[in-house]
Amino acid sequence: MSKPLDYLKETPSQTAGPYVHIGMTPNEYDIGGVIPEDLGLRVVSEGVKGERITVTGRVIDGGGNPVADCVIEIWQADANGIYNSPMEHRSGVDPNFSGWGRQPAGANGEFSFDTIKPGPVPAGGGLMAPHITFWIVARGINVGLQTRMYFSDEQEANQKDPVLAKARMIARDKTMIGQRDGNVVTFDIYLQGENETVFLDV
Amino acid sequence: MNNRFSNSRAEAAAFMERDHSQHPPAFAPGYKSSVLRAPRQSLISFASTLSEKTGPAFGHNMLGEYDNDLIINYARPGEEAIGQRIVVHGRVIDQNAKPVPNVLVEFWQANAGGRYRHKREGYRAPLDPNFGGFGRTITDEDGYYWFRTIKPGPYPWPNGVNDWRPAHIHFSLFGTGFAQRLISQMYFEGDPLIKICPIVNTISDPDAIDRLVARLDMNNTIPMDLRAYRFDIVLRGRRSTFFENRKEGN
Repeated sequence: MSKPLDYLKETPSQTAGPYVHIGMTPNEYDIGGVIPEDLGLRVVSEGVKGERITVTGRVIDGGGNPVADCVIEIWQADANGIYNSPMEHRSGVDPNFSGWGRQPAGANGEFSFDTIKPGPVPAGGGLMAPHITFWIVARGINVGLQTRMYFSDEQEANQKDPVLAKARMIARDKTMIGQRDGNVVTFDIYLQGENETVFLDV
Repeated sequence: MNNRFSNSRAEAAAFMERDHSQHPPAFAPGYKSSVLRAPRQSLISFASTLSEKTGPAFGHNMLGEYDNDLIINYARPGEEAIGQRIVVHGRVIDQNAKPVPNVLVEFWQANAGGRYRHKREGYRAPLDPNFGGFGRTITDEDGYYWFRTIKPGPYPWPNGVNDWRPAHIHFSLFGTGFAQRLISQMYFEGDPLIKICPIVNTISDPDAIDRLVARLDMNNTIPMDLRAYRFDIVLRGRRSTFFENRKEGN
């Protein structure tokens, strides 16, 4: 009998539940005094480099209802396409940019992040189009849903992006494009149904 | 600018593919809320890029002195939360059995009576004025974490007519890459509600469920003070990169 490999199995995911805010945005949900400020409120600091944008949208379920109890996190590179992370091997990240944000949805499932437009990030010898990674947890979501938002004003780069190419093959790439109007980028996320957003297994 | 590669550090390794047999499916109708919130299309898979291999880091200096002590971190001066005093501790390791040091662990829970301190919660069990139900810590160099709290009570919820959650503590974990981001729930050894809970049973593999059950740890129990529960957490491992010898390992 052959000996099995000894890699461990990942701890299983469970839903974040309807009271996720107690743990992830406690001050916003009236549990004050434990920590000075909720994590992830500010993605940019004074002096940040790049184009300031607001990314806003709504999270909608398969019945067309707002997902008012979800929490949304974003993760993105700085204006030069460099991540503010100990696992980033390239130097020179913008010290005024954390790259990570967290917001609870509002009553209509809406969210809004003040951030900057990320630069392109290298992958597989080329460049990925500018994108922001989204991660959504809520009651009824058993494993956090990950997706990416690309930008409507980056058509040329989007055409060459390897992840968008996979979505284009199944005619669903449009669900990953944030619509830019001035400094506001609108990105609605549909969990299920006709306009269902592409979610990623990475 | 975008190709500002440094000679000094190799690019971080990709993550092992997630084994979906160890996780609940998105659509699990026994848990009714999942029905309208589950994508019906397949997920798109691809090997992790820098966007997934990197992730935010949080420093130990971010923590307040009592962030990991739920018995007192919301209590009025000189008072403490009511309930069964426990410490929950364990290690955060990856699939290669290596410790995951210096990563943020957040946790939240109901009070001893099963009541959450949340404005949209209306269960008749009372709030404990000295219990908030939120804490956080950062793993040490060996991936170790601990927090002190009271054991949460079971909690009724509108799913079936008479569904009750087992006693549980919610966990949120950051690894070193955003693809390791994980939210789960910890249960308590011996709780008879575990096997009839629709949320627990979204997971089909009994062994996977068992790994969410913290064990009573008498060895770390403090006599005449509190009992200990041990809960180890496994995050996704990084793949070996055959031709590289990185000192940080996988």
